[in-house]
Amino acid sequence: MLARTPHPSPGPTARAFHRFGNNRAALFGIGIIVPMLALIVSYPLWWTFKPNDIDLLAMNSGPTVTHWFGTDGVGRDVFARVLEGGRISLLVAIASTLISATIGFLVGAISALAGRWTDAVAMRFVDLVMTLPPVIFLLVLASIAGTGIWPTVIVISLLSWPLLSRMIRSRLLELRERDFVMASRGMGAGLTHLLFRHGLPNSIDILVVYATLQIANAILLEAGLSFLGLGIAPPAASWGNMLNAARSTAVLEQFPWQWLFPGGALVLAVLAINFIGDGLRDAFDPRAELN
Amino acid sequence: MTATPFISVRDLAKHYVSRGTRLNILEGISFDIAKGEVVGLVGESGSGKTTIGRSVLRLVEPSAGSVKFDGTELTTLSSAQMRRTRPRMQYIFQDPFASLSPRMTIGEILTEGLKIQGIGTRRQRVDRARAALEQVDLPADAIHRYAHEFSGGQRQRIGIARALTLAPEFLVADEPVSALDVSIQAQVINLLRDLQQRLGLTMLFISHDLAVVEYICDRVIVLYLGRIMEIAPSADLYARPQHPYTRALLSAIPSPDPDAPRNRQILKGDIPSLANPPSGCVFRTRCPNALEACAGVAPQLRQVAPGHYKACIRDDLN
Repeated sequence: MLARTPHPSPGPTARAFHRFGNNRAALFGIGIIVPMLALIVSYPLWWTFKPNDIDLLAMNSGPTVTHWFGTDGVGRDVFARVLEGGRISLLVAIASTLISATIGFLVGAISALAGRWTDAVAMRFVDLVMTLPPVIFLLVLASIAGTGIWPTVIVISLLSWPLLSRMIRSRLLELRERDFVMASRGMGAGLTHLLFRHGLPNSIDILVVYATLQIANAILLEAGLSFLGLGIAPPAASWGNMLNAARSTAVLEQFPWQWLFPGGALVLAVLAINFIGDGLRDAFDPRAELN
Repeated sequence: MTATPFISVRDLAKHYVSRGTRLNILEGISFDIAKGEVVGLVGESGSGKTTIGRSVLRLVEPSAGSVKFDGTELTTLSSAQMRRTRPRMQYIFQDPFASLSPRMTIGEILTEGLKIQGIGTRRQRVDRARAALEQVDLPADAIHRYAHEFSGGQRQRIGIARALTLAPEFLVADEPVSALDVSIQAQVINLLRDLQQRLGLTMLFISHDLAVVEYICDRVIVLYLGRIMEIAPSADLYARPQHPYTRALLSAIPSPDPDAPRNRQILKGDIPSLANPPSGCVFRTRCPNALEACAGVAPQLRQVAPGHYKACIRDDLN
């Protein structure tokens, strides 16, 4: 076996990404999300309108050559606002996912590896957080933290980590009893070493899948909060508060471009990210190694 | 038992509580190992061999008893002190497929211990890993590969190399060959024996293969249901087994000579449940020589020949 392979064969993570490359739905998701990200990041360089510029000559204008997605009730360009809203929505989603993934991993991993008492205390705390009704918890937190990007990030982060910490804990409880972890302890490994040299690489699949699905989830939560007036406050744009601004019957019926485009962007982004998340989950599935 | 024991285990016990039932996995385990000595630990599956090996290194916390390592009591060390002592004693695992992380390269696996202990620079650690691979007859370029690229025998040698990187004085080898093909077993056993002799290692060799134990061990401890039945120098044990259990075990070794007389002594019944062990001598329910007195008190180990101990009340069996 050693003689037949002149080059070292790829590690397990590399093999998982190779399988991901063969998943059509996931590649379709990538094909949607990457151009969207490119537009969102680069639009100030080539688009004439800023999201808060008011064009008094074109209020509630439908899509035209100058305003591709039309304008809203005060003459702001919907195309610029959809892209700006995408920036804020994705920023909130990515930041809150990073924070909740970090909290979730650390709580779950320490719980599994630091001994019985720590485990009992940490898990009862997780139970407590999980029993809080999410919508009410969100509303209370949001009314304490206020509106704006960072309060929204914190609210979403604090709500989302317990599920991940449960998954990480159960993975590492099993890992802890494996021989190679016992070997590591037998060489004198402490908690930090076990956490980052064994815990992290062996939960990378859970983390990647959680992160993608959580980004989609966070975009929806942010939209929901902003729609309720608790997330991103106007005049800043976000997909959620654009939908909120467009919710009167008159706008729904007469100016559909004001909700169609932010709503469409939201649906498309969430769908694409979910496809990617599903693809990653399949790619990291241990049973896939058998094929 | 020996004059200046390197390892001294006294009254080691381990029990678990499972659904309200207390299971005494190990009870009253006492033995010594001299420096440079290879001691075999044999017994059936579930007799507590692995638990003894792990308790001695405190990979499993013993419930009671004392383990002295080169004069230091291990069971009362703080976890920080224990971590500093760990390089001196290493463990070789039974299953070569479970004992190497699938997510680390061989280089990472072999430098892990040195890194944990903060020994050397990155470069020195890699050199040490290469040297360890050489010690176990594997090519040095293996350090860039993952464990799944190696066969069982090769993996087991990597496991041995890992234990050696920290330059231990004491090795616990937990059935190091039982998961391997017979043809590979001899290779790995010879490697272990050479290393033991060359490096002057002290070793606790756990096995259920009596032929292997006879080949590599100076002394043998026979275990049954978490209690020691007999301790004797290898030659003495194989020539003159004293305990009825040891006799039954030895009679089960197949002989390469088809014409050799077979006095196979087949034990009746199964190994009793730990939840409900027999009173007195735990072996009495399957012992061909059991008397009524055997149900009384658990027999203590006593010397029957120089260095030869048995836990059996019957002296009239020879």
